[in-house]
Amino acid sequence: MVGCSSDGDGSKVLSKIAMNGGHGEDSPYFEGWKAYDNNPFHPTQNPNGVIQMGLSENQLCFDLIEDWIKNNPKASICTADGVENFRNITNFQDYHGLPEFRQALAKFMARIRGNRVEFDADRIVMSSGCTGASETLMFCLADPGDAFLVPSPYYPAFNRDLRWRTGVQLIPISCHSSNNFQLTLSDLESAYSKAIESGVKVKGLILTNPSNPLGTTSDVDTLKALLEFTSRRKIHIVCDEIYSATVFAPPVFTSISEVMREVECCDPCFVHFIYSLSKDLGLPGFRVGVLYSYNDAVVSTARKMSSFGLVSSQTQLLVASMLSDGDFVERFLGESPRRLRDRHRKFVEVLGRVGIGCLKGNAGLFFWMDFRKFLEEETFEEEMRLWRVIVHDIRLNVSPGSSFGCAEPGFFRVCFANMDEVTADVALGRIGAFVTRWHGDKNLRLSFKSLKSGDENNNSLSMTSPHVMSPRSPVVIARN
Amino acid sequence: MGIPKDGGNGLGAVLSKIATDGRHGEDSPYFDGWKAYEENPFHPAQNPDGVIQMGLSENGLCFDLTEDWMKSNPKASICTAEGVENFSSIANFQDYHGLPEFRQAIARFMTRIRCGRAKFDSDRIVMSGGCTGACETLVFCLADPEDAFLVPSPYYPAFNRDVRWRTGVQLIPINCKSSNNFQLTLPELESAYEEAVESGVNVKGLILTNPSNPLGTTLDRTSLRELLEFTSRKKIHLVCDEIYSATVFSSPEFTSVSEVMHEVECCDPNLVHIIYSLSKDMGLPGFRVGVIYSYNNTVVSIARKMSSFGLVSSQTQLLVASMLSDEEFVEKFLEESPRRLRARHRKFVRALGEVGIGCLQGNAGLFFWMDLRHFLKEQTFEEEMRLWRVIVHDVRLNVSPGSSFGCPEPGFFRVCFANMEEGTADVALGRIRAFVSKREHDGEKKRKWGGNKMLRLSLKPLRYDENNILTTMSSPDMMSPRSPLVRARN
Repeated sequence: MVGCSSDGDGSKVLSKIAMNGGHGEDSPYFEGWKAYDNNPFHPTQNPNGVIQMGLSENQLCFDLIEDWIKNNPKASICTADGVENFRNITNFQDYHGLPEFRQALAKFMARIRGNRVEFDADRIVMSSGCTGASETLMFCLADPGDAFLVPSPYYPAFNRDLRWRTGVQLIPISCHSSNNFQLTLSDLESAYSKAIESGVKVKGLILTNPSNPLGTTSDVDTLKALLEFTSRRKIHIVCDEIYSATVFAPPVFTSISEVMREVECCDPCFVHFIYSLSKDLGLPGFRVGVLYSYNDAVVSTARKMSSFGLVSSQTQLLVASMLSDGDFVERFLGESPRRLRDRHRKFVEVLGRVGIGCLKGNAGLFFWMDFRKFLEEETFEEEMRLWRVIVHDIRLNVSPGSSFGCAEPGFFRVCFANMDEVTADVALGRIGAFVTRWHGDKNLRLSFKSLKSGDENNNSLSMTSPHVMSPRSPVVIARN
Repeated sequence: MGIPKDGGNGLGAVLSKIATDGRHGEDSPYFDGWKAYEENPFHPAQNPDGVIQMGLSENGLCFDLTEDWMKSNPKASICTAEGVENFSSIANFQDYHGLPEFRQAIARFMTRIRCGRAKFDSDRIVMSGGCTGACETLVFCLADPEDAFLVPSPYYPAFNRDVRWRTGVQLIPINCKSSNNFQLTLPELESAYEEAVESGVNVKGLILTNPSNPLGTTLDRTSLRELLEFTSRKKIHLVCDEIYSATVFSSPEFTSVSEVMHEVECCDPNLVHIIYSLSKDMGLPGFRVGVIYSYNNTVVSIARKMSSFGLVSSQTQLLVASMLSDEEFVEKFLEESPRRLRARHRKFVRALGEVGIGCLQGNAGLFFWMDLRHFLKEQTFEEEMRLWRVIVHDVRLNVSPGSSFGCPEPGFFRVCFANMEEGTADVALGRIRAFVSKREHDGEKKRKWGGNKMLRLSLKPLRYDENNILTTMSSPDMMSPRSPLVRARN
């Protein structure tokens, strides 16, 4: 049976949600993938291909996890040692989740925070990655039309996760390069007042800490001030702490859970955070998301909603075993930041030598690169033009700041933890070569200036919609 | 800590309407009986007088087959010595298209279940968080808040949550009748549709569960065609929940909507969709393997983007891909599982028949639809609930009252039979026999003594348990976090 390619009058046949493009995949954030998709770098098979630097993945510590797996066959229901659990586990669909799973996560999250706080396993609610956690939280906290404030630049998929099916609005609060894009209390106050005055019902604030795309952690005083603000206004504060264990340099990560007790007017009913193992452990395929709320009704409701995206029971068991292994956790939490720091330093130092600055970052799987000097004009058109050069000429798929809603053109997020050492060296070599050519070659600058769109072969680069992409396109990543 | 209803900032409630409207449905009787089981669960050795769970639609009859396969196929796992070489790439794989081999294996499996009478395209397979996620996602794609789907009643209670809760979509039940075995007829559908449209409701489609939960029957080909023709003419969607497709254990053979599409001339494939899962057919509910299969390209595309909210764990995808690609295993399973279901079903239905309890003639599913109307003093739902309490507390069987499925006629109960061992099944049947015989004896006495005091006493809604604690119908709020009641889907 051949399916139809057109659904007739889609607007009546399907829902508004289906037709409103709220999935956000028509944004530039997803477009650069095509270039990578068509011409992916491989050190031997395709050494001139595009290097993927737009995917926020943590691939530096797979060896540690693999070794653990090899030594702990009982953690799986598929091994000779673990198959006795096969029946019980495959049959287990209780939305509370395996108790040992929740307990292990609670301990792990506490350990990431240096055991400065404790987490209650009964407040841990499963979700399908952080993608599911953030959407579920919105369904619990806000009605259609309500709004959440979010400091910008921010993770683009929030547009989908928080808004698409919930009908909730996102109001970005533009942050500035002049203070390293840190959200200030006055920025927040001003954005909040403006929203209220225009009749918008503001339900809360969303912070990503450590920040994506900046790669920085919020400082304690600011965090306290923001929490005090939300507490006084009786609005929610939702913290996405998905990168909490990727902090590789001072300042030490301070979680919202730690500052709560220092803010006197803080009402725990308004404090929530989301987490996942996708970044810290580099296990995005496992879809392990966590919604943690200090509000009992939210825990209860979110738990009922978790039916729409539970963690596979075999994955729960595996994760429970792994994160209950204190030795492994200690070793991992010591080694992973160390490797991230080394890789980060390598990039930042080399870039610095060719005069490219980056925001001083201490966390995350990426850095925020300042390419403003390469813009002829400080406009987003220029940024896109420059981006096309980077993608097609330098052959690095990085992410333009505009895709994060950055208010100032010329910034790019560059991921560094999703490649091996060799690829990293090639990438750095290409950047260095480009910069050298740029400085030495006026013609290059002129030809760049006249570059409308298209690469060396003059292939037109329109805004490609994902529809034309093959089913195997990696663009369609759940979260990156 | 207390939850303020109003944030006190003049901006209204702290939480959303969705969070506070109770449409998750967990306050229904469907979930209430679990408490009795929770507090006093049957165990053949440790608690032989406990409550036997017969309210959970699970397929526990073929675990040995999947377990044996697992033992013989270590490469299917990323955790075994043989399979760990795949660990990094699988643990890192989050593409919402899913592993190609996963989609291909599922497509082949679904085709095989229908004996090749319909072929499934792996590119139309979209992952979801079980059928629970599939159902909700599909509704998000097809309908706006306040739009409605028609559903023949009795129906799977969690549709109230899955179809309505976060989507804002309405469900309009179409009451089916015992006089024709609760089968949905075309006139009933037409009438329900007209009534809804006349009252200003925007009807977007019809949801069928075939094989039916709770009836345990399959829809005949002619009826399916008629229903599809109706929805096609009215240009509304037809969503078929075929989650029990491989539990058909006797004739008539299962006919999927995918098979009749080409027989209905006016059928528009853009309006036809199937949801599926491995939770029932394979007995793997913990794996959360759900499928949306739509013949509408836009729906496939949008649902796939939405699947980010409930992808299948990549290690599970790999495992399932391997298992369902093993044709020998699939053949053996699809032959053995129905055979065991049939044997268990027959055992129950015969034994019940011997004590004068009738069941709807079923040929599928993990349950049967039991007729206890003759046990009701009056044909009312209050009587049904009273009888139910007797069954739960006195007979100590947690079955599900028909009212929890929206059944329009009182006196019916869904009884699950595939989630227990042979020994437990025997105990359950023994208790039913004892209950019926005692009832007859009491009935005798009543006739002898001219009063019905005994009968009334035995149907008291309250009772004192062995700890002298008065037990009543409890709401889920009282349940401990470890309550098994909170199943994803049952």
